[in-house]
Amino acid sequence: MTFRILNAGDTALTIEFGDRVDRRLLATVAALDEALAQAIGKGGLHGVVETVPTFRSLTVIYDPLLTSRAEIEPAIRAAISSSAGASRRVGRQWQLPVCYGDQIAGCGPDLADLAVACGLPPAEVIRLHASCTYEVYMLGFLPGFAFMGDLPAVLSRPRRSEPRLRVPAGSVATAGTLTAIYPWPSPGGWHLIGACPVPLFSAAWQQAALLLPGDRVSFRAVGEAEYASLVAEQETTRRSPLPPISFLVGGDQTVR
Amino acid sequence: MSALLEIVSAGAMASIQDLGRPGLRRLGVPRAGALEPGWLRLANALLGNAQDAPAIEFLAGGLSVRALASPVHLAFSGHFSAEVVGAGEPRRVDSWRSLMLAPGETLRCGMPVQCRVGYLALAGIRVPRVLGSASTYARAGLGGLDGRLLAAGARLSVVAYSGGERILRTLRTLPPVEAAPIRVVLGPQDDYFDAPSIEHFLSAAYQVSPAADRMGMRLDGPLLRHRPDKGAEITSDATVPGSIQVPGQGLPIVLLADGQTAGGYPKIATVISADLPRLAVMAPGQRVRFTAISVAAAELAARVREAALRAMIADIGPLAEPGGVDLQAIYVANLVSGVVDARAVDGAVAPIDISLREE
Repeated sequence: MTFRILNAGDTALTIEFGDRVDRRLLATVAALDEALAQAIGKGGLHGVVETVPTFRSLTVIYDPLLTSRAEIEPAIRAAISSSAGASRRVGRQWQLPVCYGDQIAGCGPDLADLAVACGLPPAEVIRLHASCTYEVYMLGFLPGFAFMGDLPAVLSRPRRSEPRLRVPAGSVATAGTLTAIYPWPSPGGWHLIGACPVPLFSAAWQQAALLLPGDRVSFRAVGEAEYASLVAEQETTRRSPLPPISFLVGGDQTVR
Repeated sequence: MSALLEIVSAGAMASIQDLGRPGLRRLGVPRAGALEPGWLRLANALLGNAQDAPAIEFLAGGLSVRALASPVHLAFSGHFSAEVVGAGEPRRVDSWRSLMLAPGETLRCGMPVQCRVGYLALAGIRVPRVLGSASTYARAGLGGLDGRLLAAGARLSVVAYSGGERILRTLRTLPPVEAAPIRVVLGPQDDYFDAPSIEHFLSAAYQVSPAADRMGMRLDGPLLRHRPDKGAEITSDATVPGSIQVPGQGLPIVLLADGQTAGGYPKIATVISADLPRLAVMAPGQRVRFTAISVAAAELAARVREAALRAMIADIGPLAEPGGVDLQAIYVANLVSGVVDARAVDGAVAPIDISLREE
């Protein structure tokens, strides 16, 4: 696998394996991430603060008062050569409820437009979106924001030309070949097609983020009444020391 | 026993910050923490607090706090002066020193001069850590008081000061106001820009726009053009504080402490860690130029800055006797003629959300 090492200032460097969303790249990034974690676990790479895996690159963040690029780069290059071909974590499997369309105030306002753009009835967009099992590719942007793919090709559309200044928390959205749930209110340019009442992040949980890279996620369409009763449980779920494992349907069910 | 400090007015924006919560970017959690970590450490050092203790960070002016039943020992850093209002005549105090606020007295912080950030540290401050830090990251409800920005009426608990005269201290070497260009390392996506745009970026003067908060800072100036064969979008990759994103319209955005952890705009350069605090505290309208250096030179600059900060901390001494030369007063007077009343500028910091883009 070819790679480039890109400059990211004096506190980070980025190892770039490619420029697109691609499962092969993800596997390579995950393998390097694991190799570096092991090196750090053995007391190597002193001064490395954290690593950040993305679709196509791994960023290594370090403290320039404790180490330097010249000190860590050889160890990183060694880890790249030794980590080739390692396998990815197969995560847990979740099924999350979604109230599709604009039944809930502020959520899912783009379902109708997206359906027109795809040349499908809205019900078919819902059926297709809820018929797939997605993989969590990476977390980023906001705490607990999971980039998931792949969306059925027929639903793939570029981002909205006019991003919204405020997307409500819980919004289920699509863009390109990806789908996601906004954990927090934020600006955003994705197509909003529904609302998910399950909290995705809480400092009270051991791992803080509900969904982790490698997890599989499917969606189940629910009505307004079920949605409302799940919303009522949100605060309790957030304060609980355990994430909402009632939505786990398979895979590694280790509680975190 | 604990003493309480009440927020009378939070001004434009005030929050509890410490040195942040590193290690969670892979979950999408930014480090947060002080925009100017050196000033936070100085304020804490003036009190004998641990340097990474949480303190109040305020943007623009208008922060006003009151000691309730017990005296509160506090210190402030940043280029501003403040006024203590109590039973007697109001008295003016300058920053970079510690102060004892008597019960019932109110401290009104003035507008920062040629910057937008100030710190108020409290002896014995007690704020719970969330995910390893007391820093407020309000978007996800982390840190601070219940995950929120400080608002009028909020009360901060501090360990009560018990008896004896506390020695007030001051900085004897004040942090310099530097006008030198902000140093950057080009990349990670400088290859998305044509040569004239890189040249523009490194030669032109940019201006801090009003769209600046803890997440990021938009700059006004010459438009930067993306190479047509590359475009203005990348498949999201990781960002760091200091990343300079350039969206399609061509104006740079510098990501700061609360900036998102991944982004889909090409990043032309990264502000070096030694200079990021200097940029982060700049006020809207201030001019900034960039100059490119190597990674090794940037790492050296980080060590030089740390050594300078440690020297300032080591040089902290007792406050001058009344009648002595008030260095701070001379210093502030040189920066601006006349005292600016910050209470009129609530809301001067415009919210910025435009730097957010998922993919």
